[in-house]
Amino acid sequence: MVNQERRLLPGAGSVMKHRDARRLSLILLFMPLALWIVLLILLPHIGMGILSLREKIGPRQYEFGLANYIAFFQEPIYWHIMARTAVISLLVTVLALIVGFPVSYYIAKIAGPRTRGAMFMFCLIPLWVSDLIRAFGWILLLRETGVISGILQWTGLASAPVELLYNDAAVVVGLVYTVMLFMIVPLTSTLDGMDDAMIEAGYNLGGNGLTVLRRIIIPYAMPGIVSGSIIVFMLTAGSYLTPVLLGGKYSSWFTQTIYDQFITRYNWESGAAFGFLLLFFTSFVVWIGLKLSGQSLSSTVARS
Amino acid sequence: MTTPTAPDLKCSGVCKNFGPVQAVADISFEIPSGTFFSILGPSGCGKTTLMRMIAGFEEPSAGDIFIKGRSVLNVPPNRRNVKMVFQHLALFPMMNVFENIAYGLRCIGTDRDEIARKVQDVLNRVALPDVGEREIHQLSGGQKQRIAIARCMVLDPDVLLLDEPLGALDLKLREAMKIELKLLQNQFDTTFVYITHDQSEALVMSDRVAVMNDGRFEQIGTPQELYHRPQTAFVAGFVGDSNRWSGKVTGTRGAEVTLETEGGTVVRSRPGDGTKVATGDAVELFVRPEFIELVHRTPRQKRTGLSGKVDNLLFNGANSRALVRLATGDLVEVDVTLTGGTDDVKPGEEVSLSWSTKNAVCFPARAAS
Ligand SMILES: Nc1ncnc2c1ncn2[C@@H]1O[C@H](COP(=O)(O)OP(=O)(O)OP(=O)(O)O)[C@@H](O)[C@H]1O
Ligand SMILES: [Mg+2]
Repeated sequence: MVNQERRLLPGAGSVMKHRDARRLSLILLFMPLALWIVLLILLPHIGMGILSLREKIGPRQYEFGLANYIAFFQEPIYWHIMARTAVISLLVTVLALIVGFPVSYYIAKIAGPRTRGAMFMFCLIPLWVSDLIRAFGWILLLRETGVISGILQWTGLASAPVELLYNDAAVVVGLVYTVMLFMIVPLTSTLDGMDDAMIEAGYNLGGNGLTVLRRIIIPYAMPGIVSGSIIVFMLTAGSYLTPVLLGGKYSSWFTQTIYDQFITRYNWESGAAFGFLLLFFTSFVVWIGLKLSGQSLSSTVARS
Repeated sequence: MTTPTAPDLKCSGVCKNFGPVQAVADISFEIPSGTFFSILGPSGCGKTTLMRMIAGFEEPSAGDIFIKGRSVLNVPPNRRNVKMVFQHLALFPMMNVFENIAYGLRCIGTDRDEIARKVQDVLNRVALPDVGEREIHQLSGGQKQRIAIARCMVLDPDVLLLDEPLGALDLKLREAMKIELKLLQNQFDTTFVYITHDQSEALVMSDRVAVMNDGRFEQIGTPQELYHRPQTAFVAGFVGDSNRWSGKVTGTRGAEVTLETEGGTVVRSRPGDGTKVATGDAVELFVRPEFIELVHRTPRQKRTGLSGKVDNLLFNGANSRALVRLATGDLVEVDVTLTGGTDDVKPGEEVSLSWSTKNAVCFPARAAS
């Protein structure tokens, strides 16, 4: 590329100097990003990778090996927790999609410009408070002495206090609420790029509402659906606070297992290995999702 | 029931208000079967709104629309046998050409062999037999155009609506597509309703043209009628090029009107069809550049025409124009033939202009314009 340009502009010395300056400024511009990637993403992962491959053979005695990974496969409880995490995360992803799609469609296609801004705002507000506060908000609503229980008793629908916390449903609801925005933003931006005339053409050529949705809107929004789902799935599977606070001690979320290894058992080696296993496993699920939907990672990420 | 003589499309008293804005005001017309009908009007005059009402995307505020003699007011867009080619075509980018064309057939539940046969047939008819497997982005602008038409025509519509489909194309391609569209319409023998703000598109292609302004139809007629016998000042000014002057009537004799322009030129003309003017009325006068005869003026020669001086020559091959400044100061555009020979008019030359009274049309000036 550069060689070709040189041939096109023979003997342009000042142009070359100018270009060097441009390249330098480009490098400087990308420096923070590069540092961020190397220091905060690459280095810790390499460190964890090495850590996860250390086998403990005695007090303060280590050997290089895969024992930490093998331990995971030998203990069915770990397996179950991992599968459970994946299934609930998938459920959360699907629910977020089902709830998020109409909202995105409304924001992108139906709402006027002012309503659109307001609705985006409403989706954003929950993100202004921390995870912790949000989870406590749910606890206030759902606990035995909480708002919903109170209302149920007051209206006479329940005779005694109802405990709505510490079950899978509470975890799912809390997670859907937390990750909703990450589904809505990519979906809205893909739908926003869709020409309204395309939907009208769908009707004009004889399609009913369902046909237009199935054959035109959803295929068009597919890149947004896939990238939103990837983000939501990854965030959910890797979340810690919401499942622990809403699901209680025994919510059996895989991140909790990792936390246990690191903090309770002080077994960093196995914790690191579990962390990598979670990463591999969720990546594998995403890969299957991409294959099934016929999308490629680069195309979906570029579109949204 | 449908009678054999029912027009393909009929609108009666159709209005559309968007809040205080009246986009379409009381439009009535009929289009007989197999006509290439154009709606010509400046931007924002309500053409798209009218078309969207016909297609069913907007509900008329008043009036009724009939397709093949049947009112379609309560028929949803997907049940009307009116297909539409959108301004930006709205081909489905996630489907290939075959799927785009098959979409409508799938919607009405045609079986697979029939779909394959019909799609191939319509592709042959638009002269693109081999593009079925291509993706939309692999087509050229003109090919996309034809696929958009094919996608509608495969459903055998009663009426095909086209909303400025050539707007996005470059000039050369637009010229070629004009002729092609006309040929396609002949071939499919379907009623086309074509929207445009480009008068040359409307004149070249159409059997009948409706000139629209400010939500109303000013005149409906053949291109020749509109061009030679405009009924309103708007039509005279909008269709084709015209010299246009404001003036005052100084006298009438039979069908002939004498008027004086604001610049002071005295001209004889005829009132436009269906209009009446009286002495003292403010009028607008229209004379087409090609009806003006330009003669070199030799000194002492006595001529009946208006004398003036060539200000400028606008050379454009066969469409060259001369700008002539009359003695009174009015500027006139005149079509001239420039052969490159010695008797061509030259800037600065004294000339005299004349035209026959029947080619100078005047209309009462409207308060608004
Ligand atoms: N949904 C709407 N709400 C309010 N006003 C509208 C709406 N659609 C159109 N209008 C108004 O109605 C008038 C006619 O619009 P329309 O789109 O029919 O014009 P057009 O003749 O198709 O113009 P163009 O040649 O630029 O496409 C315009 O003044 C426009 O502002
Ligand atoms: Mg329009």
